[in-house]
Amino acid sequence: MFSFCTDPSVLSDRPWMACYLTTGKHMSIYYSVFTVLLLLAITAPVALAFGFGGATAARSSFAPLRWFGKSYIAIVRGVPDIAFFLFFVIALDQGIEYLRHKALCRDWTEPVRQGNDFVVCQAAKMPLGDAPQWVHETYGFSLAVLTFAIVFGAFAANVLFGAMRAVPRAQLETAEAYGMSQRQTFWRVLVPQMWVFALPGLSNLWMVLIKATPLLFLLGVEDIVYWARELGGTKTSRFTDYPHGDWRMWYFLALLVFYLIFTRISEIVLDRLMKRLTHGQATAGGEAQRKAAA
Amino acid sequence: MSCLQTIQDYGLRAIGIGERLLPREDFTLCQQFTLIGSGMIWNIYFGVFALVFGFFFATALAVGKASPNKLFRKPSEWFIFIFRGSPLFIQFFFGYFLFLSLKSAYPFFDPFTAAWLGALIVLFLNTAAYTGEIFYGALQSIPKGDVEAADAYGMTGWSRFRRVIWPTMLRLAWPAYTNEAIFLFHATALVFFSGFPAWQQRGDALYYANYFADKTFNPFVPYPILAFYFILLTLVIVSIFGIVNAKLNRHLPQEARRKLRLRPNVIR
Repeated sequence: MFSFCTDPSVLSDRPWMACYLTTGKHMSIYYSVFTVLLLLAITAPVALAFGFGGATAARSSFAPLRWFGKSYIAIVRGVPDIAFFLFFVIALDQGIEYLRHKALCRDWTEPVRQGNDFVVCQAAKMPLGDAPQWVHETYGFSLAVLTFAIVFGAFAANVLFGAMRAVPRAQLETAEAYGMSQRQTFWRVLVPQMWVFALPGLSNLWMVLIKATPLLFLLGVEDIVYWARELGGTKTSRFTDYPHGDWRMWYFLALLVFYLIFTRISEIVLDRLMKRLTHGQATAGGEAQRKAAA
Repeated sequence: MSCLQTIQDYGLRAIGIGERLLPREDFTLCQQFTLIGSGMIWNIYFGVFALVFGFFFATALAVGKASPNKLFRKPSEWFIFIFRGSPLFIQFFFGYFLFLSLKSAYPFFDPFTAAWLGALIVLFLNTAAYTGEIFYGALQSIPKGDVEAADAYGMTGWSRFRRVIWPTMLRLAWPAYTNEAIFLFHATALVFFSGFPAWQQRGDALYYANYFADKTFNPFVPYPILAFYFILLTLVIVSIFGIVNAKLNRHLPQEARRKLRLRPNVIR
């Protein structure tokens, strides 16, 4: 990276460190920070959408839809989320390949599950065997995102379901008295008002989501945990210009600090947002704000 | 091989009693149920010990955080912030590698790199921080009248804490503490995926479930079995905590007793 990095063995500590931290491999760990941020940026809205769908389904007057919504919310309870992550990644992968197999290879007669093997025809492989590396990586990442969205969607559905019930009944009755239809009441009165009730739960969820991102490692994505283990391990001078002992402890300390800063910033931002949203609301928080101003 | 035989062979496999080799092929449902169930021993071990030790430390942390003295308050605040603000998964990794490098300097730290002690310590510190925050919140919302009544009776210091503040704090914190306990037991599933090695394939329930899923390439059997065990465990925790809750509130009139409302997710 820097011009003085040509022979690291003669450098003193500080330039050595500067060179060491900017090697090509270290660039991968910095990129993987963006992987984490990308995961959060995609997962959060998708999970919120799943949650909204789940909560609406759980409130539905159509019984099967209601059962579906309620069981979606309930199913994530009682089981560790990591079990879901491990389960969904394989299950989704096999599900997609199975469906493609059914659609693409109609003349295939052998069963898909043969003992301990899961066999689909070549054309149904996902991604295709001859696809470039980046397709494989993107596919793995999308599976991870979908898994995160399903699990956190259930949490979000739980929060939104509670928030929808917390909107004062009188507000909805007023809307009905104005002659609004069910749909209008839902979109124009209930949905705008529920956010203030949902926000504490959702911000909690955001924190949990941030803290769940290292689990990407278990889903086979080369994320920061993967690189911290790779880069921190003992390196001898035979394989690298920068030999060092077992530094994995320091790498994970750095990750710890990274997450601490990240959660702290989120906390501050969410606090501000909450102050904003409670403004003028008929809740204890809004009342306190009004009194403080007066 | 009958199922009873399998249970005899693998029922205590997770703690090293019974058959040495894990089954390699032709996995029966019975084998999967037995081994995953045997792995639950570890989950329960980690959960129970971390919870019991964490409870006392959490009380100290909560009192420290609520203390007007900076010398007590600042360390408690930082401790809670660090353990609540970072992922448990990273804490496990950090703890493991920390113990590993300590071990190479001092042989005393030898057992700390094993899961039974090292992971237990991380879990203990983590749950103490979360519980400490819950207890602190409860301390802040103790009704003013309760403390004033204690003052009026001439209680001070330890006896006021022991007889008035502490029981009220527990009463207020109990529903949230139940959630924390459930989450802690779920978190124990992470142990063997985060650096800590499963010595001689003695792992927890998720370790064995993952083993079967890898071998059979079929996630639809072992993971639901795992889910079944964890739901069972959750129900047991909820009923035990419910009994304690009833005990804590036994002096209240019947209708004023707060039922333990269950919202085991999202809280953490």
